[in-house]
Amino acid sequence: MIANFGYGSIIITFVSALYGIFAAVYGVRRKAPAWVDSGRNAMLLTWPLLTITALSIIFLLVTGHYEISYVASVTSNSMPLFLRITALWGGQAGSLVFWSWLMSAFASAVTLRKWDRDREFLPWVIVVALVTLAFFLILVLFVENPFDRLWLTAGGDVRTALFQPAGTTLYTPADGQGLNPLLRHPGMIIHPPMLYLGFVSFVIPYAFAMAALITGRTDDRWIRITRRWTLVAWLFLSLGLLLGGRWAYDVLGWGGYWGWDPVEIAAFMPWLTGTAFLHSVMIQEKRGLFKQWNMVLVILTYDLVIFGTFLTRSGVLSSVHAFAQSAIGPLFFTFIGLTFVISLSLLMNRWNELKGEGAMTSVFSREALFLLNNFLFIGILVVCFWGVIFPLVSEALGIVGQKIPALAGVFTGQKVTVGPPYYKRATGPLFAGLLFLMGIAPLSAWRHSTFKTLGRAAWKPTIASLIVPVAVFAGGVHSWPALLGFWLAAFVTFVTLYEFWRAAYARHRQHGESLPEALWRLAGRNRRRYGGYIIHLGVVLMAIGIIGMEMFQTQTQATLTQGEQLSLGRYSITYDSLSNFDYPDGRNVSRAVVSVFRDGKYLGQLYPRRDFYYESQQNMTIPGVRSSWEDDLYVLLVDWQPISSQSATFKIYHNPLVNWLWLGGFVFILGTLVAAWPDKDPQPATEKASRLAAQARA
Amino acid sequence: MAIDHHPPTINDPKRFFKDNVKQAVQIIKPSTGLLIAWIGLFVFILLWGSTPGKAQQPTPGGITDDQVNAIARQMYCPVCENTPLDVCPTQACAQWRELIREKLAAGWSEDQIKTYFVEQYGERVLATPPARGLNSLVYLVPPVAILAGVYVLYRALRSGKRPAQTAAPTPDKTETVPDEYMMRMEEELRKRN
Repeated sequence: MIANFGYGSIIITFVSALYGIFAAVYGVRRKAPAWVDSGRNAMLLTWPLLTITALSIIFLLVTGHYEISYVASVTSNSMPLFLRITALWGGQAGSLVFWSWLMSAFASAVTLRKWDRDREFLPWVIVVALVTLAFFLILVLFVENPFDRLWLTAGGDVRTALFQPAGTTLYTPADGQGLNPLLRHPGMIIHPPMLYLGFVSFVIPYAFAMAALITGRTDDRWIRITRRWTLVAWLFLSLGLLLGGRWAYDVLGWGGYWGWDPVEIAAFMPWLTGTAFLHSVMIQEKRGLFKQWNMVLVILTYDLVIFGTFLTRSGVLSSVHAFAQSAIGPLFFTFIGLTFVISLSLLMNRWNELKGEGAMTSVFSREALFLLNNFLFIGILVVCFWGVIFPLVSEALGIVGQKIPALAGVFTGQKVTVGPPYYKRATGPLFAGLLFLMGIAPLSAWRHSTFKTLGRAAWKPTIASLIVPVAVFAGGVHSWPALLGFWLAAFVTFVTLYEFWRAAYARHRQHGESLPEALWRLAGRNRRRYGGYIIHLGVVLMAIGIIGMEMFQTQTQATLTQGEQLSLGRYSITYDSLSNFDYPDGRNVSRAVVSVFRDGKYLGQLYPRRDFYYESQQNMTIPGVRSSWEDDLYVLLVDWQPISSQSATFKIYHNPLVNWLWLGGFVFILGTLVAAWPDKDPQPATEKASRLAAQARA
Repeated sequence: MAIDHHPPTINDPKRFFKDNVKQAVQIIKPSTGLLIAWIGLFVFILLWGSTPGKAQQPTPGGITDDQVNAIARQMYCPVCENTPLDVCPTQACAQWRELIREKLAAGWSEDQIKTYFVEQYGERVLATPPARGLNSLVYLVPPVAILAGVYVLYRALRSGKRPAQTAAPTPDKTETVPDEYMMRMEEELRKRN
């Protein structure tokens, strides 16, 4: 009953999305505002309708309607209420509904907020948002239906269908399979919604960009309107990535925060283009350059968002065969291909109107450095994209090799793994380059920087920041990449703090404000700039953590009898005891107690454990971690003698500086909030005017 | 803690035995109690060494977990997507690690072990594909793409400068237009006259 209700609601949403697209296009073509308004109303209707669908699914999940295939696959009797609710995004079908629901919410918010100001854009924004929504609804309706029921045939087979197939009876399992244990962690409960929010809100700038291309309003208006949307999208995506990293560190039990897994990279790629976009729109706003490039970036981001959703939600990338087995793979690729081609052809159509208003005057100007920044981001994107799809390419070419014997020698088609070493080696220098730019770019001026002026601004922080690598070298670290990394971190910090100091001091002298007050007002007056600098400081802190982990992480593993000791660097652990007990939420916990010593001094106990989930027959390795600003001692329980528990195997990681990564994450998010915080008064229109005036003067 | 008195490794049992007896003989004079303690300790070490898996102690083959993990870290099993072999908690992966240990104990080198796994399960067991044949593409494409990007960047920076130079003649053009116009006008007028 509820299932039919929810399903019916999706059908109506789908119909109203199709109608909205038609009405908006028809209204614009016929210059009939009533039709456009009607399209807008159809768009506004999708959110309440999808809310009904989502609530129906939640109801079914909470009440344990195991005759619904989706409910049976993601919940079980032993799961607590809040996990049953969050199971909405625990599986593919539910998360597609959740995605659509968020998409609809954002699109509605846009049309509610800016309706009167941007009447020419909005019909097309509605069209783009509704086309995206309709695509996801097609997936939900025809491929991954969350309301499909389980049916028992006379032969005893279980079939999945929405309505009763002939000769079957409804099948209600006594219990469900339960949510994947990996997803039962608090981090994993917030992480997917954050990522999805990031994904979904990037659709908005794309929609405005397309509207600008279609209507021919190719000035900066679309960028100004969507600036804050882009920042919000970026905020959520960054938050999603950070939470994902923290979750991996806490739950996955491989001692790290980032494994260059295709699913992680899938979320990282739109972040890369999004970050490039955030920087490069500033050049368009200040100098009127790179208009075409910004369009390319926003199109890339949109399609990478779709690609990312697709990758995170289906295991299709593991093999060409998995791709072909599910209808979802071809549908996604068709959609990505179509939107990409259509967007690019719209862009080509306006190519000449999007020519830069001025010219790049100096290789050392800020705009040139921003261009370099974009280049590095795209470089990292290329490395990531190629690494993610190469296994598929290699396998697909292998199939070609099988079909055409002449090519069999070249196209061997062995499936390959492209793992972390590839990504680290290829992206390391590019990341270092980005850090360097982060230091140098704030010192350069728009337009007229020369090598001389830039050098004059840079030599002091360069010299000053050299203290850090020298001190680190004296401290016994002789690895040159690490020294370079620490120097870059110090350089960016010096430059950024100097920027804050210089501006605050100027205010202090001019307006007689106290320094903290000056700093506060400064950030308030130019939030994007100083928010950006705070983000840069966050990145530096994160870089320190990453350098610590990538270059100085050590590990050891051994089997200990009770009372025995295992040492790693200055730390040692003693195996004290191990207990094994059942937990009411359906898992068996094996929990070890180890004592931690540093330089022989007792520091306390840690409880690494292994949780075994009966329903899914899966293990989870939860580390025992002792954290400090200096390092983490990260202890994993690998194995043990099940009956006597006299001996157990432990793996210990020493993770230097890793907490700076998390601190950096906080600062990063804080900076983004500062940058995205709404202004009191509407966007001043003077910026563009002043730019035009400057050009007229030039 | 008794454990701290233990020698760190027992790579050569014969020599180990000799050393301990020597020490025992030296100690015998001061106290027979100590001798008994030493023998007790000795027996304990032997027994202890025979049970599998000890802290930093080699297993029967003399292979530590760290030696095994050093190789396992560079490998992936075909089933557990994207989980390196050294941290994968599944039973199958534990068996692979045991296999690595056996091979190491049999005196195989790291390369031999990796080759063995590649022959058995294909190149996907390696963390990165070997740069041979088609697989070299994985290493060639990014640098080529980035170099192409450098070229585009170079063109963009140069063409950015060029309009500034070509911008100068434009005003001349606007001046020439009226000129042509004037000339034609005059010509027309001349015809009429």
